[in-house]
Amino acid sequence: MPRAPAGTMTLAVVIQEELYMSQVRVLVGTKKGAFVLTSDAKRQKWDVAGPHFAGWEIYHAKGSPADPNRIFVSQTSGWFGQIIQRSDDGGKTWHQPGTPAGQPTTTPDGMPMGESNKFAYDTDGPAGKPLTTHQWYDGTQHPWEFKRVWHLEPSLHDPDTVYAGVEDAAIFRTTDGGKSWHELPGLRGHGTGPKWQPGAGGMGLHTIVLDPKNTNRIFGAISAAGVFRSDDGGQTWAPKNRGLASKYLPEQAPEVGFCVHRIALNAARPNTLFMQLHWHVCRSDDAGDTWKKVSGNLPTDFGFPIDVHAHEPETVFVVPIKSDSEHYPLDGQLRVYRSKTGGNEWEALTNGLPQKDCYVNVLREAMAVDQLDKCGIYFGTTGGQVYCSPDGGDSWAPIVRDLPPVYSVEVQTLG
Amino acid sequence: MIRVILPFHLRTLARLDGDVDLEVATPATQRSVLDALEARFPMLRGTIRDHGTLKRRPFIRFFACQKDLSLDPPDTPLPEAVANGAEPFHVVGAIAGG
Repeated sequence: MPRAPAGTMTLAVVIQEELYMSQVRVLVGTKKGAFVLTSDAKRQKWDVAGPHFAGWEIYHAKGSPADPNRIFVSQTSGWFGQIIQRSDDGGKTWHQPGTPAGQPTTTPDGMPMGESNKFAYDTDGPAGKPLTTHQWYDGTQHPWEFKRVWHLEPSLHDPDTVYAGVEDAAIFRTTDGGKSWHELPGLRGHGTGPKWQPGAGGMGLHTIVLDPKNTNRIFGAISAAGVFRSDDGGQTWAPKNRGLASKYLPEQAPEVGFCVHRIALNAARPNTLFMQLHWHVCRSDDAGDTWKKVSGNLPTDFGFPIDVHAHEPETVFVVPIKSDSEHYPLDGQLRVYRSKTGGNEWEALTNGLPQKDCYVNVLREAMAVDQLDKCGIYFGTTGGQVYCSPDGGDSWAPIVRDLPPVYSVEVQTLG
Repeated sequence: MIRVILPFHLRTLARLDGDVDLEVATPATQRSVLDALEARFPMLRGTIRDHGTLKRRPFIRFFACQKDLSLDPPDTPLPEAVANGAEPFHVVGAIAGG
């Protein structure tokens, strides 16, 4: 459909054009492979591709904002370790960045490639000796041991730069498209590392948020340590947990130790952050310097994911979950809660979601929003469903019902 | 010629349909077999042995000739039947989880 001349485009034309030209691509990581779900802007009919990397755990898949056809995947296994995969054609074909398809698998001097899967902790910088331990479950000190990549955050501007949040908690960066990874040791080595401890799922750096208005500012979140912020591109870091509270910590207001489950922001207002803490939903209006509780009328303020509407910075979505140990929806009713007031006042969204006998969970990485005018909200469950709301949460429908347990959901808005 | 049998996940990673035949200098050992395997299939680096220490990953086992060789030192010569190709060298994912 041809684009209307500038200045003559009516709202109807804009919407009609978006419906014809735009596309959404949903990247789903599951316990047994990755799936790519695509639809036009109506978000009613979906194509499902996959499983890619069948049988492997896919902790996260995310596309580059600078080159949407470039997608990075964390493929991992408790048996066989960590693999990084990359696609340069929107998920049609994949290769490991250190061993591109069709190219020699060894260097000219005979050395094997495949360095894209190697995440070696820095032992020379501030995180090296003697700071080589964190707190273990029993309170003793324990050496850092790499287990897997939980989160991949591509740069907003450079398709070759990606940040990786790993377990045991640390942040790595590649600047060569994933061929090699190097730790940013200032996070692990800034001083509080020996007080970090693993949560039930391990000690992972699970959330990385890049400030769209300040290229030097990076947020990271670790279970169970808390939120950290860098204002110099990842070289130095500081804890940002003031105002948080936890009944699981002996001190009332420690600097670190918090089991932060997720943080999110709206690109138009990056100093306002929303957080799903283990218990409590919180917000910060000063880029994490201070936090306040905004759980308000939520039926339970335990949960894992949290996200913010693409165009309404005060509209926030959470999925309350019964805890401490059940980790399924209250009363068997799967309900997303939406606040249009930046917290405290929440409404249950149920239209199209199962309201009886539903005992799935929604994991921290498994919620995302698209950028279409009528913002779409997406989430995946441990029961293998991926739901989409094309109208900002008012109504929901499953895109797929029977995938393996969903670990992560990301959305790309194309066209 | 030494025949190596890999588990499903590593066969798919290396894009293999079946077993792997490797030329390895004598005496063949776990280390020399895995060195040869990783040289031919670099994507397998880190999946059987740790990237840095080259120690066997915790949930990987080595079986051959109806014996568990997992705890043998890596430079121990492999059984003659493995070295001459009569019996395969199995890389196995330990029985744990699903």
